[in-house]
Amino acid sequence: MNRPVLQIENARAYYIVENNYVRAIDDISIVIREGEVVGIVGESGSGKTTLSNVMLMNIKRPLSLIDGKVKLYSNGNVIELNKLSREELQKNIWGKETSIIPQSAMNALMPTKKIKDSILDVMKTHFEEIHEKEIIEKVQARFEEVGISKDVIFRYPFELSGGMKQRAVIAIATLLNPRFLIADEPTSALDVSTQKMVLKTIQDLREKEIVKSIAFITHDIATVRQIAETLVVMYAGKIVEISSIEDIIKEPLHPYTRGLLFSVVTPEPEVKKRGIYYIPGTPPNLMYPPPGCRFHPRCEYKLDICDKEEPKLKDVNGRKVACFLY
Amino acid sequence: MPILTVNNLTKIYESGMIIRRYIEAVKNVSFSIEEGEIVSLVGESGSGKTTTANIILRFLKPTSGEVLVDGKDIWKDINTFEDLKEYRRKVHAVFQDPFSSYNSFYPVDRVLYQALELLDKNPRTQESKSLMEDALIRVGLEPKHILGKYPHQLSGGEKQRLMIARCWLIKPKLIIADEPVSMIDASTRGGIIKLFEKLKEEENTSILFITHDMGLAYYISDKILIMYLGEIVEQGTPDEIISSPRHEYTKNLIGSIPTLYRKWE
Repeated sequence: MNRPVLQIENARAYYIVENNYVRAIDDISIVIREGEVVGIVGESGSGKTTLSNVMLMNIKRPLSLIDGKVKLYSNGNVIELNKLSREELQKNIWGKETSIIPQSAMNALMPTKKIKDSILDVMKTHFEEIHEKEIIEKVQARFEEVGISKDVIFRYPFELSGGMKQRAVIAIATLLNPRFLIADEPTSALDVSTQKMVLKTIQDLREKEIVKSIAFITHDIATVRQIAETLVVMYAGKIVEISSIEDIIKEPLHPYTRGLLFSVVTPEPEVKKRGIYYIPGTPPNLMYPPPGCRFHPRCEYKLDICDKEEPKLKDVNGRKVACFLY
Repeated sequence: MPILTVNNLTKIYESGMIIRRYIEAVKNVSFSIEEGEIVSLVGESGSGKTTTANIILRFLKPTSGEVLVDGKDIWKDINTFEDLKEYRRKVHAVFQDPFSSYNSFYPVDRVLYQALELLDKNPRTQESKSLMEDALIRVGLEPKHILGKYPHQLSGGEKQRLMIARCWLIKPKLIIADEPVSMIDASTRGGIIKLFEKLKEEENTSILFITHDMGLAYYISDKILIMYLGEIVEQGTPDEIISSPRHEYTKNLIGSIPTLYRKWE
């Protein structure tokens, strides 16, 4: 097995709202290894984006990390990100070691500035002295690597199409060759043919070894299936299943994974044979999560134990699932 | 006889005061829907899907061409209020945005009252009440949890189910469903799709299903029409379209949709 790049141990990250906790991430442990693309899926409100903030240690009020460790493995050293201050993270970690393609990447570019100027601003936060010409050459090379013309950096964001903006943001996010990249719903606002192009660009980042590992966050299993090897399924701030993507598609173990997978309709004969399913009800309010398994109010396989005890992630034929059925 | 026949439908939008500009939103579109058939109209945004729907729903007058519902031209043969009422009983719409179908000042019951009034029934009678409850149960809603609530107290999925409950009251022959699930969470979408299937099976309702989602169209339809830049460029059964697309646009579209059971290349 490859060396780990990022490891989260028993993380709890809560939003503090009027003396109450919203348990957005509750006791989550993940290891992301070198060369791996990990898909993270779940409905809206399952804690996916909060998890990406924990991975970066981008913790701002009202979010706070209550418990747990975030470890980054960098050239043989282990850095505990949760012990660093925001300034240290900004200076030494973000952009260099870890980076993110944010959810609304299309709107991440400053509309009144040329792309070049936005990039130079970013560089100024990382280095005290910058050589403008050198940086521009480097950026232009990277733009061509992600498949857009090098002249794009002299344009304003409104002159670009959605797909071009998205790829420009990808190029900027990976400029310093970060070890670990998070892609948070990078394709959700694009039409299908642009989606495919952006997906290919992200795949190339790893093949060209610009980044070592990628966490791909999405609600669309069919998209993540094209790019990831491992799938992490989240529900209501918990991980319910971790497994290779092929195994999950062949046989989802957790009832939630099953519901999520079987609600996907793609133009394939298997879908017609399988039929279409849905998960009744809505995700719980994480201020008052249900006792026991958080999925039990919506689960069609509910057992007596499910509302009393909390299932732990356990090994089932080399896969991990948190369910009392196994 | 088909329930809906569309012949050579064209709609040109005009704009500009001095320099007139013309946009051909729908170009010479013809198709028909048989009784109990689900036909999908698939295309990207701006392809003219919604304009077509709005013409069939009589919200928009076509520039040329005709629309026949049950053999009657909806622009020439509907002259009196009674004719219009009859047409509204035959053709019903379910829209994309379940939020804007409600008036937030009134309890949600109002959408069902309006449906009953269309049927010339007094919504306050016991008979109407049991009709309403029956319709709600058919779409998987618990009447006592829904009736008397205001729109903001229901989820998007519940609101859309309630819109479909109207179809169980009115029992139209044709439903025009314009992107009915695109604003619904993926995990609850399947439930709404099943409701349309049930209407078709139990009431033999015909449905024109307008969507940009090829996967949904493939799953639900008997026939798929591909619309591109205002024209229907291709039509066929779902399997024909998926396995041997002819038009460049269709080929590109199908090649770009992420598949679940196969990995690309």
